[in-house]
Amino acid sequence: MKSWKKSIIGATAGAVMALSAGFAQAVEIEYWQYFYEARVTAIDTLIEKFEAENPDITVKHTTFPYADYRTKVAAAIPAGQGPDVVQLFYGWLNDYVEAKLITPLPTDAFPPAMIEKEFFPMVQAMKKDGAYMALPTAVRSLALFYNTRLFEEAGIDGPPTTLDELVDIAKKLTKKDAAGNITQVGITTGMNAQDHHWWREVLTRQFGGDPYKDDYKTVNYSDEAGAAALKWYSELETLHEVTQAGFMDEGQAAFKAGRAGMHIDGSFRIGALKSTRGLQWGVAELPAGPDGMKSNYSSYWVNGITSKAEGEKKAAALKFLAFVTSDEAMQIWLDTVGELPAKPSAALTDANKADPVFGPFINGLGYAKTTIFANESGQRQVVMDAMQRILLEDQSPADAVAVAAEAEQKLLNEYYK
Amino acid sequence: MNWYRKLSIKQKQVVWAWTFLAIPVLFYVVIRFYPTFGSVLLSFQDWNLLGSKTWIGLENYEKLVADPVFWKVFNNTFIYLLLGTPVSLLISFIIAYHLDKVSFLHATIRAMYFIPFMTSAVAMAWLWRWFYQPVPIGLFNNFLASMGISQLPFLRSTVSALPSVLAPAIWAGLGFQIIIFMAGLRAIPQSYYEAAQIDGVGPWTVLREITIPLLKPTLVFLVVFSSIGFLRIFDQVFNMTTNDPGGPLNSTKPLVLMIYDTAFNAFDMGYAAAQTVVLFTILLLVSLLQLYVMRERT
Repeated sequence: MKSWKKSIIGATAGAVMALSAGFAQAVEIEYWQYFYEARVTAIDTLIEKFEAENPDITVKHTTFPYADYRTKVAAAIPAGQGPDVVQLFYGWLNDYVEAKLITPLPTDAFPPAMIEKEFFPMVQAMKKDGAYMALPTAVRSLALFYNTRLFEEAGIDGPPTTLDELVDIAKKLTKKDAAGNITQVGITTGMNAQDHHWWREVLTRQFGGDPYKDDYKTVNYSDEAGAAALKWYSELETLHEVTQAGFMDEGQAAFKAGRAGMHIDGSFRIGALKSTRGLQWGVAELPAGPDGMKSNYSSYWVNGITSKAEGEKKAAALKFLAFVTSDEAMQIWLDTVGELPAKPSAALTDANKADPVFGPFINGLGYAKTTIFANESGQRQVVMDAMQRILLEDQSPADAVAVAAEAEQKLLNEYYK
Repeated sequence: MNWYRKLSIKQKQVVWAWTFLAIPVLFYVVIRFYPTFGSVLLSFQDWNLLGSKTWIGLENYEKLVADPVFWKVFNNTFIYLLLGTPVSLLISFIIAYHLDKVSFLHATIRAMYFIPFMTSAVAMAWLWRWFYQPVPIGLFNNFLASMGISQLPFLRSTVSALPSVLAPAIWAGLGFQIIIFMAGLRAIPQSYYEAAQIDGVGPWTVLREITIPLLKPTLVFLVVFSSIGFLRIFDQVFNMTTNDPGGPLNSTKPLVLMIYDTAFNAFDMGYAAAQTVVLFTILLLVSLLQLYVMRERT
């Protein structure tokens, strides 16, 4: 009788201990990103792998529509709610670091020297006071998409390698109806999409300029080079008539519909184009400038650890961060989302470099620049307005660039004051 | 409950009245007044939603007055109001006046006018956005081109963009205004019309002397209601111009869109709050002014 009671007590105590130990070990961390189907699939795959390797950690994956994402994150993190690991656009990070909402990555687990050796140099923008604040899984760059069926139809051998070739080829690809209305564009344009990056970081440099000074705190494109670059870009529409800004509402829509010969976009567009039935397309590096100069624009989303994660949650979050920035995770991300690995070791594999789709983007990374934006939508608006003034108000490119530079400098001054 | 028994009936009524009023009062204090005072306070501060707030006095308002975009937007907002309210009221009155006299398929026609009002503004804005596109996808321009007429720029010109955005907004609101007008028309006693008929008065005089004066309460309601609607216009503009919000060159940007942009793209919360205070003041003044102008002259 006595032993029976004892064994019950013993078993209960054992169960309680085992349970509480189980609770103590099962750490749940929350990961936030915006909703984009391929990215969600990629992170779900990564979480599955991570949880298999770390059975004591569960990762809760939450997504929001892109339009709400920035606001949700900005409202949740200061309130101590929300994610332990969060995906942020590189341009937003500064605000979070200054508000002490992002915990710097400990230098023992993430030594800066190692990061600098392993990652592409543009990631160094994430370093502050000797430590890295956040790390990307993937980076993006720009390239020229072209419709191979339309190229064949027009008897064009291959994609343009220089800006002059681009104009010639675009002319051959443009179609107009009897009244002169454009029904197919040679190349899509629209500063609202990726073209403002193309102009800012690529065209102005190719025309001999240097768009910014002092770590992107001073606008420097209000010169002959900036004006020449904008003149060249606007003449695609006004002189050569090979495009129409916002043709078919959005350039990517026109390209998907097979009504555009060429389209400049980021690597994140690959997934959507792959799933477009009946569209035959190829990718080429952005055309080189008059003197053969190549440039590109690169941007990325980073994973950071919020100030909410403490103790064992922080340890789990760091583990997860290390996992999603590993070579293996980067290859999964490339295969699922089409965004390029942030490390040369994962990106510059022979298979990736030779890949007809990823190759041009990956080659572009080698000479890409990353604009440090203070207010990306505001700075984009400035360039969009410059173009609109040329198209709608016949302003000269030089004046348009001068007005834009002044407006953008004002935005930068307000931000860095 | 001793104290309650000692109260007079009148006092008990007061207690009950306040008991029932407590919920709406609490609602207004927590959901309306507290955020309103919060934003007034915020308009004197600098805040990016993440860091701490700093007191900067009138700086946000000084910036507002010196901002050319604000004045452009201020102007646009009043164009939406001054064009939208009279045009929509005139059209809806004409439709309601004639619909009132139609008995054949009356309910069906009325329902058809009302359907756009029930449709999501976002879906409608996108549909109209596609209608307005140039060749080869725009409905209107494809039609024009097939007739051999040159295309119209619609949303792509600084001159025609605002009316193009306003048109669907007016169209969407018609159903509601027609219903209210018809209710107002039905409320006018038939005996006035009969008396007019006996006196042999023409239809214009009936309209001018009987119908419109007796519709005044309806008119006041609709003017205030639609003015507030046009001053707060956002969905239509934002969805029809997402590629260049409020563009081209700010020609369609209303105040609410500027507030949204300042708050959720530039994350300049204090500046956005200052703009909100200005919008609040305008709405208050316009409403008071209209109530004053259209008040009952006794």
